[in-house]
Amino acid sequence: MIALVIPIAMTLFAVAALLNLYRLAAGPDIVDRILALDTLMINSIALIVLADIQMGLGVLFELALLIALMGFVGTVAMSKYLLRGDVIE
Amino acid sequence: MNSLDMSWIMQLVIALFLLVGAVVALIGSWGLAKLPDFYTRLHGPTKASTLGVGCTLIGSLLFFSHQQDGVSVQEALVTIFLFATAPVSAHMMGKAALRRRLRGVAGTRNMPKE
Amino acid sequence: MMPLIRARRFWLPHPLFSLFLALLWLLMVNDVSMANALLGLALGVAIPMVTHGFWAEEARIRRPLPLLRYLLVLLLDILRSNLVVALRILRPARHLKPAFFIYPLTLDDDFAITILASTISLTPGTVSLHHDAEANTLLVHALHLENETEAIEEIHRRYERPLQEIFR
Repeated sequence: MIALVIPIAMTLFAVAALLNLYRLAAGPDIVDRILALDTLMINSIALIVLADIQMGLGVLFELALLIALMGFVGTVAMSKYLLRGDVIE
Repeated sequence: MNSLDMSWIMQLVIALFLLVGAVVALIGSWGLAKLPDFYTRLHGPTKASTLGVGCTLIGSLLFFSHQQDGVSVQEALVTIFLFATAPVSAHMMGKAALRRRLRGVAGTRNMPKE
Repeated sequence: MMPLIRARRFWLPHPLFSLFLALLWLLMVNDVSMANALLGLALGVAIPMVTHGFWAEEARIRRPLPLLRYLLVLLLDILRSNLVVALRILRPARHLKPAFFIYPLTLDDDFAITILASTISLTPGTVSLHHDAEANTLLVHALHLENETEAIEEIHRRYERPLQEIFR
């Protein structure tokens, strides 16, 4: 049953990522693009975890954690840059 | 994949978690693509996507806990991290949008004047 | 008495945070053994000690038990509000009534305000956008707002009052 569900879930997440890509390209403002990138990161975490289950490895968790970290730091840094014109005060 | 030795009820629970997570995350991204202005778009990813990915991670946690004997709790770490950081990044992006004086969609009440 | 308190302040400025770090370490290595527990505890002591100078101020959690209840309520509310937001997204956008409103805070502790702002962002169709430190208010955006005073009242009753109890 799980083997059946994983491709479906992966497809749904892939569609979600495509929608994020649409927002990334369409904008209209740069803040929308940051938001789209952030969501793309979150969706890619789910895709990695699903791939991990499908291959039965159980080792890709570190990758998911790293992407979560990078996504968060990147989003905050870009917002901060827009807010102050500087990342580190 | 070696899920043969799992009881079918466990399989059902895991499959449900994975599927519900994917649907909820898709709705979040759909909101991001469809809603009319930045401030409304902010709602989709911060709530729906985070919960969707959280569900997927819990499904994965259950799967690996069951497959290898012993508990695998590492996915819980990613879930906690996501739930702790999503509001912060939403707050930062919202602040940046206010700073850039983005207008809300027509009909937004009490638009701050800066 | 005095040196003891000072020693505790030096070694364990944030006892709960130290415990949290140790737990986090155990989750991370995914292997509960004596060696890892000790290493986690050592990290839990070392990290707050090193980073102590960067902390703005000390937030004190007075009562851990209401905090657990708060987290449970929060978890259920996240599920409920996600359902609501998902339904709002699926319906046509012209039914939405987005609005900003200003939420007057009664909390004054920075850490408590952070938690309240995060809670507002994670739950009922609202995102906190700006904290005005002088007026002590939060600027909140709601995806769909019917009644402003009702929303403020609900946030106050459901989240702010328990937080006040925890951080008193």
